[in-house]
Amino acid sequence: MVKTSIPKNLAEALSVLSKEKYRLVAGGTDMLVQNRNRATLPIKYKDNVMYIANLEELFGITEDEETIYIGACEPLEAILENDLTPKLLKETILEMASPAIRHTGTLGGNIGNASPAGDSLVPLYLLNAVIEVKSETETRRLRIQDFIQGVRKIDLADNELITKIIISKTEFTKAYFKKVGPRLSDAISKLSFAGAITFDNDIILDLRFAFGAVNITVVRRPEIECLYIRKTKEELKASVNEIVEAYSKFIRPIDDQRSNKEYRKKVSINLLKSFIEEL
Amino acid sequence: MTKIKFRLNGKPVAIETDVNRRLLDVLREDFELIGPKEGCGEGECGACAVLMEHEIVNSCSVPLANCIGKDIVTIEGLSTTSRYTVIRKAFEDEGAVQCGFCTPGMIIATESMLSKNPHPTDEEIKIGLSGNLCRCTGYNMIIKAIKKAAKDGDGLW
Repeated sequence: MVKTSIPKNLAEALSVLSKEKYRLVAGGTDMLVQNRNRATLPIKYKDNVMYIANLEELFGITEDEETIYIGACEPLEAILENDLTPKLLKETILEMASPAIRHTGTLGGNIGNASPAGDSLVPLYLLNAVIEVKSETETRRLRIQDFIQGVRKIDLADNELITKIIISKTEFTKAYFKKVGPRLSDAISKLSFAGAITFDNDIILDLRFAFGAVNITVVRRPEIECLYIRKTKEELKASVNEIVEAYSKFIRPIDDQRSNKEYRKKVSINLLKSFIEEL
Repeated sequence: MTKIKFRLNGKPVAIETDVNRRLLDVLREDFELIGPKEGCGEGECGACAVLMEHEIVNSCSVPLANCIGKDIVTIEGLSTTSRYTVIRKAFEDEGAVQCGFCTPGMIIATESMLSKNPHPTDEEIKIGLSGNLCRCTGYNMIIKAIKKAAKDGDGLW
């Protein structure tokens, strides 16, 4: 018989987690579908489960001069409506699921689920997000690319939970997110792309690309991006084939029920090209 | 078994049950509120939509454990309000109902969007309805009905 815990506050949650292993459920929009039972029977979890959606310490969005802090259980729709939220993350959330799912689904949940097709992960990789996790005795902050280790694999110990998503405030000259799915809403991405660039006149100061659903985790390659810093816009445009070739090695999608690898690769490359060519 | 308290259609309720049940099943089986329907059962169709804290949620994707202390309103609860009267008339006038399976969810979506934004544009209505599927009317009549409700019910939201 699996146990169920509904802690009243974060301290209680961490205390329970320090003694025994629990699966964490925030909004439940993924967990309920993944563990669905027959007909109208209760959700069938294989492990103990802890419900954390109502822990007030995990809500809210705050800022200081250079940084935004998003509570792990802040619902996606509330993040969408908040003025502090980075524009690129807002654009992405608007393309995630539907208002009904966004009212319960959380950003911490999308990260913890660590699906290769998790849409919010693409802008979070691009924005150099940091994930804060806590146990009863320790607080750790990890870069998102270190926190997410593979398909549904995260660096979270049994006695920890995700508490915050930390994002540096960054202005770009141009940045956008594109999602390719079978339906505008409530669709899991076939693939997704985010690009961002900052110019001083025509000199590139910052350049970032991130690709979703084309490898086991989001593809972000700073070693390719940095080759074009201090170059001009025209030099970047002239290098488009070389950039495509550099990313091709890392864009290694799979065939599944949503799409196939040829399509995913072709469209990802086309989105990268069009970002550069339209500058 | 855990005792769970929340507000349902304006009244405080308490129920002793398995908190791992879906809100949808508790509403339909324990409270006999069959307005919310199970369509896809995975949060893609909106037929099970209810209001939680005045916002649309899919009750098939909400564990009962997350409902403690919350205010839940189903189509049955909404149907006693003057806002509902306006929405219902607009849906009837514009022919926005055919088989009716999606209609409770569509009306919950309408209430949720108008309570945040009393005069939505076509684009905002489409976003507000984006989680609700209708296989009969083709949406245009539903969009018209929502515009009519917003106009006829001016001041109610």
